[in-house]
Amino acid sequence: MNAVLTVARRELGNYLNSWWGWVVLALVLLFDGLAFNVWAVGFSPKYSAEVLESFFEASTVTVLIAGVLLAMPTIARETSSGTMTLLQTSPITEAQVIAGKYLGALGFLSLIKGLTLYMPLMIELNGKVSWGHIGAGYLGLFALGAATIAIGIYASSVSRYQMLAAILGGSLVGLFLLMWLVSRGAEPPLKDVFGYMAMYDRHFQPFMRGRINTESLVYYASVSFGFLLLATRSLKARRWM
Amino acid sequence: MIEVSNLSRFYGRFCAVDDVSFSISDGEVVGFLGRNGAGKSTTLKVLAGLLTPSSGTVVVDGVDMTDAPTGFRQRIGFLPETPPLYDDMTVRDFLSYVGSLRGMSAGDLPRRIDEVARKTDIADRLDQLISELSHGYRKRVGIAQAILHRPKLVILDEPISGLDPAQIREMRRVIRALAQESTVLISSHNLHEISATCDRILVLRKGALVREPDGAQDPVAPTIGGLAGGPARHHVALTLRGDGPAIEQHLKDSALVEGQSLKVGPELVLAYVLMHEDRVEELVEGLVRAGFGVRRVEDGLSTQLEDVFLDLTAEAK
Repeated sequence: MNAVLTVARRELGNYLNSWWGWVVLALVLLFDGLAFNVWAVGFSPKYSAEVLESFFEASTVTVLIAGVLLAMPTIARETSSGTMTLLQTSPITEAQVIAGKYLGALGFLSLIKGLTLYMPLMIELNGKVSWGHIGAGYLGLFALGAATIAIGIYASSVSRYQMLAAILGGSLVGLFLLMWLVSRGAEPPLKDVFGYMAMYDRHFQPFMRGRINTESLVYYASVSFGFLLLATRSLKARRWM
Repeated sequence: MIEVSNLSRFYGRFCAVDDVSFSISDGEVVGFLGRNGAGKSTTLKVLAGLLTPSSGTVVVDGVDMTDAPTGFRQRIGFLPETPPLYDDMTVRDFLSYVGSLRGMSAGDLPRRIDEVARKTDIADRLDQLISELSHGYRKRVGIAQAILHRPKLVILDEPISGLDPAQIREMRRVIRALAQESTVLISSHNLHEISATCDRILVLRKGALVREPDGAQDPVAPTIGGLAGGPARHHVALTLRGDGPAIEQHLKDSALVEGQSLKVGPELVLAYVLMHEDRVEELVEGLVRAGFGVRRVEDGLSTQLEDVFLDLTAEAK
């Protein structure tokens, strides 16, 4: 566990000490701020719950993009700079490396999203929001971000270049998002399978409406675990290449 | 202490390392020599735990690489040709990070960092960013990370590549000092460097170990195996003009000469001479007085080693 935390601390410090981390942070806050004012609050009267729902809906965009961008360098940068050798010759397992990278990236994304908390609280100024709704929405964002980062880390583990990792990671996330579209054109039982795999449509919407959906939490945990396992396998395979 | 048995490594169908076996005792500094593509780097990567062998075993300090991979890597320190460093960290932070990765206790780490910093002569650079370091210092930080966790085996891949003469001299001292607490395995293209630094040399050709000099039975042993024994000044390579048998007889009769090896060409004679003492001037004077032409006098050790290296690594005809 110490090795995992050591890698996670290094990863988190890397975001905080690099322009890259701060650029992602600034862009997320900027976009979320604009989306809150223009999209969520809007220019016509709304119920507070509707404002909050729209805010969480818009926030998914930044979670998905930031998730891919934060995961992009995790392994690919170490590979291209040669420092992966340091990790691979250290007495730690591939699973510990991946877990550390994952925790670091997820921690930073959580930090960024935590900084947007003032927006839903502002709704209290002219309305009334439930803490349960806020909690469920952020839990959904966290789960969505966790799955996105896991996909991004897998993409980073199979790419030597960060840009390639971003393209691959973005494509995979895009594929999972568009599963709802695929399910529309499919016949049962594939329709249900594709529908279940859709990352946003079926699984995130309950959270943004303030409901904690256990089935969706299991889905996000499964996607995260599956891609982290693939990333671990990818690192292990390097010893055979 | 380090036992490598029947080690092979394939890349697809290409055999990069072919049934290599050798052993290294505690505290030895062993050189790994071979032409480009001979399988040196692959062998070192396997020994460092970076690559899995296709077959064979590697045991360090009683720990088998395949049975206990993390325990095995705990016993290895590895410096690749390009040191794996994080440019955004200070040297101290980097070494702390590496120490934590290798399970060193927070209490032991600061003291050990100071210790390896003194050993590798980077104590005055500990709080400097790695991106600001010169090539020579980067190599030293690379060695510092490799020895930080007190490994049983330190593997250095081309540790002197890209260093200037002053840095090479300093690096040589650092490497010799490593042998006090670890066994050291060095790969280098620089034959002179190998001769000056190593106790013993392993030569690879096309993935196979050519031979491991192990004593008098081996015809090359006096040349390679004995490198660590006598200081380089006792070996001299002479390029002479004169009759080959006459030169051979003259050297045999000389009280200064302990052993000799001659290569007689159409015009010149190349003589490798092992002397009892460093009295090269007297030897040359004797040859001139006997009427032989002395065209060139060289450090015999590196010249002879290069000759042996080329012989050993030459393609079989």
